[in-house]
Amino acid sequence: MTAKQREIKTIVAYAVIIVVGIVMLFPLFWMILACFKTNNEIFGSLKLFPSSWSFDAFVKGWQTTGTYTYARYFANTFELVVPTVIFTLISCSLVAYGFARFDFRGKNVLFMVLIATLMLPNSVIIIPRYSLFNKLGWLDTYLTYWVPALFACYPFFVFMMVQFLRGIPRDLDESAYMDGCGSLRCFGQILLPLLKPALFSASLFQFLWTWNDFFNTNIYINSNSKFPMSLALRMSIDVTSAIQWNQIMAMGLVSILPLVILFFAGQRYFVEGIATTGMKN
Amino acid sequence: MANNKTGIAVQGRKHWAKRNRTGLYYVSIWLIGMAVFQLYPFITSLYYSFTDYGIFNAPEWVGGDNYVRLFTLDTEFFNSMRATLEYTFITVPGKVIFALIIALILNKKLKGVNWIRTIYYIPSLLSGSVAVSILWKVLFMDDGFINSLLSVLHIPTVAWLGSPHTALLTICLLEIWQFGSSMVMFLAALKQVPTSLYEAALIDGAKKTTIFFKITFPMISSVTFFNLIMQLIQALQNFTSAFVITNGGPSKATYVLGLKLYTDAFRYFRMGYACATSWIMFAMMLVLTLILFATSKKWVYYDN
Repeated sequence: MTAKQREIKTIVAYAVIIVVGIVMLFPLFWMILACFKTNNEIFGSLKLFPSSWSFDAFVKGWQTTGTYTYARYFANTFELVVPTVIFTLISCSLVAYGFARFDFRGKNVLFMVLIATLMLPNSVIIIPRYSLFNKLGWLDTYLTYWVPALFACYPFFVFMMVQFLRGIPRDLDESAYMDGCGSLRCFGQILLPLLKPALFSASLFQFLWTWNDFFNTNIYINSNSKFPMSLALRMSIDVTSAIQWNQIMAMGLVSILPLVILFFAGQRYFVEGIATTGMKN
Repeated sequence: MANNKTGIAVQGRKHWAKRNRTGLYYVSIWLIGMAVFQLYPFITSLYYSFTDYGIFNAPEWVGGDNYVRLFTLDTEFFNSMRATLEYTFITVPGKVIFALIIALILNKKLKGVNWIRTIYYIPSLLSGSVAVSILWKVLFMDDGFINSLLSVLHIPTVAWLGSPHTALLTICLLEIWQFGSSMVMFLAALKQVPTSLYEAALIDGAKKTTIFFKITFPMISSVTFFNLIMQLIQALQNFTSAFVITNGGPSKATYVLGLKLYTDAFRYFRMGYACATSWIMFAMMLVLTLILFATSKKWVYYDN
């Protein structure tokens, strides 16, 4: 291959990548601009930029026409998501420690069960879960999220942390243990600091998934006062009167903004998280 | 001396056995959670599927009636199954192939790859989000941006979400748009392929396609396999986009099984019936996964 040919190839590769990139990002770009337009401007026109920039859609959208403003929905979302993330981290890391560092009887079988539950579809268990939560009186509360998180019902994260712990030399914590350090202290003082990247990845993903989750919240949470963003947005397109799409888009944008910020802040951990779990064993 | 040594060893072994039991305590956090929130609902769901159960009455055993009804009386069921399979067979290969092609391009040592990877990943951040579903709905409305673009280019406009022929496809596009996380997995796998293999192939004068099919693809086949299975499980359960964008319409064209299940269970409170639907969905999942596993011997390469 001559140098010229190689150069042409590189140019073609860049061209493909850039064109695809533009197509990929265009919808989001358009969404941002749509938030500054009037409702009429959004439709039937190719114009990208609004004729006059206005924050009206944000202000009116935030206030909503209903009882609660988006301040409430935002607060609700955090109240739902943050404890879920924290509980997931604590429980999943402890369970992962149990799997990665101890050899009790039946461990391999249990680990296989864990892997099997990775593939357990949510749709199959949602109805009995609903009636279980109903009997426990948990419906319409965030306990429907918090308690399963407290009991490590997210096999994905357990698996991810087991993988990570396996990469940390056993001698580190076992020699500390031989020196009389209790197993929980060994974990907290020696392994936990080393586990940080995995904990970051797990918290980012759990934050993202719980934040975006609609299927479960839609079933478990009924009262408007407890709606997270996803339900509030969905409710806003349900109204019978003329829908103010610019306001809805503005609130949609506001709802995904924290995710995008989080992503840019923790990019490395996203990529590493996907890479460690995606790789075979 | 020797005795003393074994004494310590025995003591040590006992000590480790005791220590190992504490491992079970840690694992039992999950064991309890799994039993209560996963295993119990899983078994109960199968039981409910053989009962007449609404949320207000106790489940009443009806044998296989729910299943018989699904397959013989329910006209919506086959339609939902068709929509679900269509959605799965379009989005899963579409997403995986697209992710693989882009990953292969990005894997060439180009400058600024990290930036591009980041940009491509952004749509996946928003997978399952209601905001993005709403955006899609607006973009593909009859007088939305996409149609405006088509009319400027003198291409006849399409009733994307209004026509039963294109509505499902439009929703599939949303899913394929979110190929970023698969791409990142492929990129990570591609980086793991030993360069010595490529060097050896180049010395032997192997063709590009030969290199791809004999080296690259086998080396990343296990990641491809994992990707396919995870995507499959997700796609068969799709709910949010179909619910938010089209609510199952037009003429039930996007009334996927996930949506049917939700409607039966939480609108009409036919919980037993919906459980039967969910078990058929599960069976479809198993069959497709098993087919994949069966074919995997032919194309998935494990180096250990």
